[in-house]
Amino acid sequence: MAKLKILVVDDEPFIRSGIHRILDNFKVDYPFMTEPYECEILDAPTGEDAIEIIIKDRPDIVLLDNKLPGIQGVEVLSYVKKKKFDIVVIMITSYASLDLAVRATNDGAHDFVPKPFTPQELRSVIESTAKHIYLKRMTQQMNLAGKQIRFQFLSVLSHELKAPLNAIEGYLQMMKEKQLGDKIEDYMQVLDRSLTRINGMRTLILDLLDMTRIETGEKEKKIEKLNLCTIAQTSIDTCKPMAIQRDVKIRLDCPKDLEFEADAYDMEIIFNNLISNAVKYNKKSGEVTVRIYKDEDNLVIEVSDTGIGMTAEETSRLFQEFVRIKNEKTRNITGSGLGLSIVKKIVETYNGNISVQSTPDVGSIFIITLPVQSLAQIIQ
Amino acid sequence: MEHHKKTIFIADDDPDYLFQLQVLLQKNGFQVITADSQREAQKIIERIKPDLAIVDLMMENEDSGFILSYQIKRLYPNVPVIIFTAVKAETGINFENELGMNSQWVKADLFLPKGLRSDQLIREINKLLKLNLG
Repeated sequence: MAKLKILVVDDEPFIRSGIHRILDNFKVDYPFMTEPYECEILDAPTGEDAIEIIIKDRPDIVLLDNKLPGIQGVEVLSYVKKKKFDIVVIMITSYASLDLAVRATNDGAHDFVPKPFTPQELRSVIESTAKHIYLKRMTQQMNLAGKQIRFQFLSVLSHELKAPLNAIEGYLQMMKEKQLGDKIEDYMQVLDRSLTRINGMRTLILDLLDMTRIETGEKEKKIEKLNLCTIAQTSIDTCKPMAIQRDVKIRLDCPKDLEFEADAYDMEIIFNNLISNAVKYNKKSGEVTVRIYKDEDNLVIEVSDTGIGMTAEETSRLFQEFVRIKNEKTRNITGSGLGLSIVKKIVETYNGNISVQSTPDVGSIFIITLPVQSLAQIIQ
Repeated sequence: MEHHKKTIFIADDDPDYLFQLQVLLQKNGFQVITADSQREAQKIIERIKPDLAIVDLMMENEDSGFILSYQIKRLYPNVPVIIFTAVKAETGINFENELGMNSQWVKADLFLPKGLRSDQLIREINKLLKLNLG
């Protein structure tokens, strides 16, 4: 259980002990909180003592009387504000000095409790303050996590964009210094590799644009009745040259008249990514099977290969951005590392699901299910 | 003359970078052995003792270079190790200061940024091999 540390600052001992009685073991629990806050009460008879406790124990809330023997309550308040402590200050004031309470609120006090107060009044002030603290902390945490993910993404992205530039720069340097000879023929491998890296970089940039469009929701979906066999066949044709090169056969298993309502461009991205992966990560003379069918509630797309497969640890990281499974078997295969995370993001916009089953050296099967009925909601 | 050639072991998972480095070092009179993954590098250093090793920091693992450097130093304490990294330029993390070059666990002799000029790299290598080429 989370603790809510409350410091009571009042020179009258009976007020301090009274607040102890009211708040000791008091719990604040809202349905939206992951765990309740339990109050822990500290107390101080003077402002000087209060500041010492504030420095040492960092309470979450200070219940502060203004009229104190030494320094005044407002001075403690301005100290807390000056030091930018993450502490909520509540003034305890008599009715006669309400104007002071209002001024203190302007100076950064969160709230005030007029004296005398009933136990219920005090508890409800603490309750609403605890809610305020909880929500503020949740927001801070979420902002922090968001920023970190963004930073991580950008630093990996800059690495992925710089790597091909470095490679091409290195090759141009080799040519400039004529490291491999005087004739252009000596540099054919160098030129081929440079062109390969340029293509890789272009794919990365295009993938990145796709992903940004999906994430920002900028791309409007044009939902229409599609013949998925036709779209799958187009993707297969696109992957043909690469498949022929690797002697990989691609089979399509799909009822001719199968129709599905979706955005054509989304479906193309899904098929292109899954089929080209199945070819790229296949063995020589392997097979790829694309199966599309409808069951009761879902459209199901299955793309299976007889390729190199993955371990359980590798599949668990597969859908993350920029994750490319690196091992001896994949070392010569290029990719942006964004394809599958794009597919996953698209599938999620249809309230669908993507999963993978894989056995090393046997092959992988990617299964996408897209609910048929949810489409009405997407079109809205 | 051939048997005087010093052997440099390089490990990097970018095939283009590995090739370029290999050509550069061969041009400068070194014999070169390459590995394109941490795992392959580990297999090679078990069998062969190079005169100097250059390893990329990030391969299969984020800290492949650290692991390899540690293992090379354990097998061959006197072999200089250079860790190549693109991380410094991208994150501003300065390993020399963050870790301290006398750090007990990172045993590399030198951290160099990727994209260093070739003459600078050769100079650093010669310094570590204590080759005086005038």
